[in-house]
Amino acid sequence: MFRSAATDTQMSKTRKAISLISGGLDSMLATRLILDQGVHVEGINFYTGFCVEGHTHAIRRQDRERPKRNNALWVAEQLGIKLHMIEVIEEYKQVVINPQHGYGANLNPCMDCKGFMVRKAREWMEAHDFDFIITGEVVGQRPMSQRRDTMPVIARESGAGDRLLRPLCARLLPATLAETEGWVDRERLLGLNGRSRKPQIALAQAYGMDDYAQPAGGCCFLSNEQYSHKLNDLWQARGDRDYELDDIMLLKVGRHLRPRPYFKLIIGREEGENKYLEGYRHTYTHLHALSHTGPLALLDGKADENDLHLAARLVARFGQGRDATTVSMSITPPGQDSRTLEVTPMPSGEIPQSWYL
Amino acid sequence: MAEYTLDARNMLCPLPVIRTQNRLRSLTKGDRLTVTCTDPGALHDIPAWCRIHGYPVIESHREGDEIIIRIGVSTVE
Repeated sequence: MFRSAATDTQMSKTRKAISLISGGLDSMLATRLILDQGVHVEGINFYTGFCVEGHTHAIRRQDRERPKRNNALWVAEQLGIKLHMIEVIEEYKQVVINPQHGYGANLNPCMDCKGFMVRKAREWMEAHDFDFIITGEVVGQRPMSQRRDTMPVIARESGAGDRLLRPLCARLLPATLAETEGWVDRERLLGLNGRSRKPQIALAQAYGMDDYAQPAGGCCFLSNEQYSHKLNDLWQARGDRDYELDDIMLLKVGRHLRPRPYFKLIIGREEGENKYLEGYRHTYTHLHALSHTGPLALLDGKADENDLHLAARLVARFGQGRDATTVSMSITPPGQDSRTLEVTPMPSGEIPQSWYL
Repeated sequence: MAEYTLDARNMLCPLPVIRTQNRLRSLTKGDRLTVTCTDPGALHDIPAWCRIHGYPVIESHREGDEIIIRIGVSTVE
């Protein structure tokens, strides 16, 4: 059988794939499988503002001594590939606020999120003359976005179509362009399915990978029940399902208490959080004790004189003066001078549990 | 050859890395970029990004709560 010259040219051209790198094991393995087939692979990683990666560790003093690394960068370095990190904070809002496929157990829009990221990867692929997209998805691993029936939906809605290859479960899915064109050998791809991590861990061992981020899940604050509750509270209080980056960052920090529908307090829990909250002193009314050691607190919303007094009593309760008869509290609205209120700290028994978000 | 600065203070990773990446890509061979950050993670992550993409880190050090990283542009992606 003769091959055409065109086919020979195609065969000799090094194909290029862009791989969605989360920093977890699956995308690392998927990429490695394709690198092993002689394909040029580069990584892509999207920053939505909800990524767990690094943030709370950077803020909280008690976590600062732990060795830190961005897992996506680390994975790319281990694999010897470039990693393009893309900020998608503004565009991602529509995914969070109005997901076409709805939410998971919390405010996690997993289907829309995966479709969004594959679409962004597809746009990058087209702009940079790459040939196909790789993800670390496994059939049946996630209840929404990684099911046999939803995987084609993501391929279709992202516009990636048959240029989307899932190397870890490709043998269970229809052949994609990379396979039918011979850019990769389908026989050397895998047919993993289900929630078990054992095959991935075994493959990692076979590759000599003994250090990788804990696999599957936990990478997005939106899948966290408490975080989702706080985001819902923010939307309800403002009467608008919208947010800015600062809003969603602050939801990760401190104790959040809402004593009134129109204002809440964000109270630092330790030195690192107090220091982080200091960065917002010029945007929010802030409170702290003068007579005792205590936290810094931000007041988000509107508060009249009675509300400020209540806020001061609440914040005083979380400082060293909690058992004192009187605590001097400094209150500083943004752009205004500070003033002092003498308050009696609110006893913990008087704080309704419903105030805690 | 020119010297540039990037203020990434009060940003949490990966934003300092992303801003550094985007700034470096706007520079030309021979330029140098000095990034100032406050997230301690940047001390690891920015050099990691530079290694992956072939940008030499000339020096990095702490000044109080701030981290200063100086990067050269020896390649243009």
